[in-house]
Amino acid sequence: MITLTDEQQQFRDSLQRLLRTDYSFERRRGIAASASGWSEATWGALAELGVLALPLPEAHGGFGGGAMDVLVVMEECGRALLLEPYLATVVMGAGLIARTGTEAQRAALLPAVAAGERRLALAHYEPGGRYALDALATEARLAGEGWVISGEKAHVLHGATADQLIVSARTPRGVSLFLVERGAPGLEVHDHPQYDAQRAVTIRLADVRVGAGALLGEEGTATAAIEYTIDAAIAAVCAEAVGAMSALLEATGQYLKTRKQFGVPIGSFQVLQHRMADMLLETEKARSMALLAASRLADATRDERRRIVSAAKVKVSEAARFVGQQAVQLHGGIGVTDEFAVGHYFKRLTMIELAFGDVDYHLGEVGKRLFGGTSTR
Amino acid sequence: MELGFSAEDEAFRGEVREFVRARLPLALRNKVVAGEPLAKAEYLAWHRILFERGWIAPNWPTAFGGCEWSAVRQHIFDEECALAGAPGILPFGIRMVAPVLMKFGNAAQQQRFLPRILSGEDWWCQGYSEPGAGSDLASLKMRAERRGGHYIVNGQKTWTTLAQYADWIFCLVRTSNEGRQQEGISFLLVDMRTRGISVRPIIMLDGGHEINEVWFEDVEVPADNLVGEENKGWTYAKYLLGHERTGNAGVGYCRRWLTELKALAQRERGNDGRALAQDPRFRDRMARLEIDLMALEVMNVRVLMLEQQRHAPGPEASMLKIMGSELQQALTEETMRAAGHGAMRYPQAGTGHYFNFRKASIYAGSNEIQRNIIARHILGF
Repeated sequence: MITLTDEQQQFRDSLQRLLRTDYSFERRRGIAASASGWSEATWGALAELGVLALPLPEAHGGFGGGAMDVLVVMEECGRALLLEPYLATVVMGAGLIARTGTEAQRAALLPAVAAGERRLALAHYEPGGRYALDALATEARLAGEGWVISGEKAHVLHGATADQLIVSARTPRGVSLFLVERGAPGLEVHDHPQYDAQRAVTIRLADVRVGAGALLGEEGTATAAIEYTIDAAIAAVCAEAVGAMSALLEATGQYLKTRKQFGVPIGSFQVLQHRMADMLLETEKARSMALLAASRLADATRDERRRIVSAAKVKVSEAARFVGQQAVQLHGGIGVTDEFAVGHYFKRLTMIELAFGDVDYHLGEVGKRLFGGTSTR
Repeated sequence: MELGFSAEDEAFRGEVREFVRARLPLALRNKVVAGEPLAKAEYLAWHRILFERGWIAPNWPTAFGGCEWSAVRQHIFDEECALAGAPGILPFGIRMVAPVLMKFGNAAQQQRFLPRILSGEDWWCQGYSEPGAGSDLASLKMRAERRGGHYIVNGQKTWTTLAQYADWIFCLVRTSNEGRQQEGISFLLVDMRTRGISVRPIIMLDGGHEINEVWFEDVEVPADNLVGEENKGWTYAKYLLGHERTGNAGVGYCRRWLTELKALAQRERGNDGRALAQDPRFRDRMARLEIDLMALEVMNVRVLMLEQQRHAPGPEASMLKIMGSELQQALTEETMRAAGHGAMRYPQAGTGHYFNFRKASIYAGSNEIQRNIIARHILGF
């Protein structure tokens, strides 16, 4: 269901306390400007609080949480505009290993992720493939005991800091996933910042050799796990966006109550009050959809899950755009400067809108399932 | 139906669905689905069926004969009834005046009125708006002067839904002109058969007679019919409005309308020669409606849960009212458009519905008033 348990609420409160004291806007600015673009110290604090272990399986150092726990964490990440690779490492990387890895792979990697010692990144999207999950040209061929992988990858979130990349490739039996160590010969990684100060990389794999043990799970069976992982990532960024929108509503409300023009606080003008009411409405619609996506992620059938997640991404993206643009507008001139937090929230929300499928892509996914094929009730 | 409910709640859904399937008269269902106006006897027939089952008052405490269901079960019940094509239970008694009587009425009033609301013996209507008092409800002028054991009531109410069927009307009346205008309002229960009351129909854009003017000329109302204290009626009035807003999200209706629209879109020819359902422009709009419905359903459950925690509706009900009315209007608009030229011919349920439902963003506090409430009570302006 869509309600949080007492435990989840307590967890949210502790995470909120940590980030409030530890992750001020000024501190974040420093972290964004650093070489790696994220903070080891904050990562350590998150590990200590159990945030990294939260959604990982209990058998491998985790707390066995689910998508509703991730929602709680991601909402706070959004509120604090966190730059650390939580989505890439925990939600996507570790999530994928927990789902598809062999017992040995899970035992080797998951406890290390939970302890904050290991970072991961999924390298799936390819240049020119836009948002299609099946636009996969990268190939891996059997070579002796191991595999040789060739291809190009794009939009690999936090790929530069990952100890291991999880690379998707076509193999004789279908689509497979491989663990590729950082610095493997033939692996070229180009790090670049995004507009939201998060990092991503493009990757070239030129005959990268990996051992037989690098194959994640069984050969040729990765498609469903990749889809699930992208859906989990979408549910997570939906929650993150809700956190960011809540922060923007608070900041904008405060600003309208203190900023005076014509001798009165500008928040006394009805046109601005109604704009804020609309921003709240959009945020609450988005929150409803983020809750729906998280609450149904694990139990829905594939088609139902894709429909709900796509629906959430449409609603959240449109809310994010509206709330972000209007928060900037209502702040006036300072809204378009780098000096105030509002613009940084707007930039993160805009990147969330563009990531993992835009509004048109996901509207199409919902549209495909409107008539026949998939039942809607 | 998007949310994952517990097995017990889903079993409850099955029970409701089976009951409605077995007991809802087919002729009545067909009339509701076709969007035809219902006679008083038809509304009451369904009311009595639910009353006999003990399901007429999902939100009432059991002490007063209600179901006292959880938020989720209230949601499931409303949704199943609407999906099956059951007539709506009119809110004026069950959902509006009853909560006021439970909270602010005296024991005699509770004993006198609540059982008759449950059984359907008394049909209530709402005497709030006046020609000069719409959004600015507190400026209402209908006078009630105390003379001995009675109030003498003079003035006019308007937009009174189904007053032509009503046995009773709950009225906001002015009992004082001192102080702020909110401070001189009282909440009075008036028997519609009292001498001096006349009802005049107002015909709406779809040609239907749903609303009325109600005129009061020297109407004598026993002082026992005053709810709570004289001049404190504004507090009771606002409490009632909160209940009204939560009640009109209409998730179940929206779902039935969307299902019907999908079926229509598969029969109608689209602009490119294929079925309308295949038209990419139409599909995008349909996908948006479906997404909005998902958001509305979750929002409805969230607001019902909050209401239950606090034992009263909060300002979130205003968000629900805006979201529900906007989706209802969007659905009626698309249903009209889907029929093409066919939508122009009078009478036509789809087009009539479109014109009729322009009311949804105006009644129960216009959506602009709801935004004022959100701005003041949630955002703190």
